[in-house]
Amino acid sequence: MEIFTGLLKAFVVGGLLCVIAQILIDKTKLTPARILVTYVVAGVALTGLGVYQPLVDFAGAGATVPLTGFGYTLAKGVEKAVTETGLLGAITGGLTATAAGITAAMTFGFIASVVFPSRPK
Amino acid sequence: MNRSNAEYKKYADSHAKPSPIVANCIKAFFIGGIICTLGQLLFLVYSGLGMAENNARALVSVSLIFLAVLLTGLDLFDNIAKVGGAGTLVPITGFANAVVSPAIDTKAEGWILGVGAKLFTIAGPVILYGTLASVIYGVVYYIVTLVMGMI
Repeated sequence: MEIFTGLLKAFVVGGLLCVIAQILIDKTKLTPARILVTYVVAGVALTGLGVYQPLVDFAGAGATVPLTGFGYTLAKGVEKAVTETGLLGAITGGLTATAAGITAAMTFGFIASVVFPSRPK
Repeated sequence: MNRSNAEYKKYADSHAKPSPIVANCIKAFFIGGIICTLGQLLFLVYSGLGMAENNARALVSVSLIFLAVLLTGLDLFDNIAKVGGAGTLVPITGFANAVVSPAIDTKAEGWILGVGAKLFTIAGPVILYGTLASVIYGVVYYIVTLVMGMI
């Protein structure tokens, strides 16, 4: 039962974060690239303000899988690194914490461009 | 027939097709929700295998990125994105698609300035501004903890 409510919370919160972006796209003509950048920066800001952690505690992947979650990981990484190494952590923390996602995207992306044929436009 | 711009706009709006925004939002909600639910399911599986929370979350990202890259390569992702809109864009799957899609399509331009550069068409700005925000936050966090320590 607990698993089911966890999945439901992830579904609803993740879905709502997508709906906000859909409204922005339909109402403001923001391009997808701008939406992604906005979401990541918003994730960093909301985590810094202490708003995003409660959402992660509540919704799990519903809050971490959307791109705001990428910002959350960046901010959490910086907090940890600053606590451990001081000001240098402000430089190292973000990319250290997000290395898995960034490296996976680059590696799989490259392999895919080797394996799969270009698609006609 | 003379109409002011405002009147004309009213007339045109009343005859335009109903805005698809509600339908778009419902589709984005369901597709985005399903992707996040899949993420939560994977998180439970990885946690169940004994992984620490941080590592399990990282592996969830890696798994969803792999899936999105595979579906993009097989030319299936765009079909889902056409329906899902922001529902496929906002989850990490949208980021992965934005990385691999231009890379595959620019193979003809070569491995350096084609694939190598175009891989970062979207990833570049996302990583740049995300990292920049995190550095600013890190400096603020450093100062705040310093001041709090002195009080």
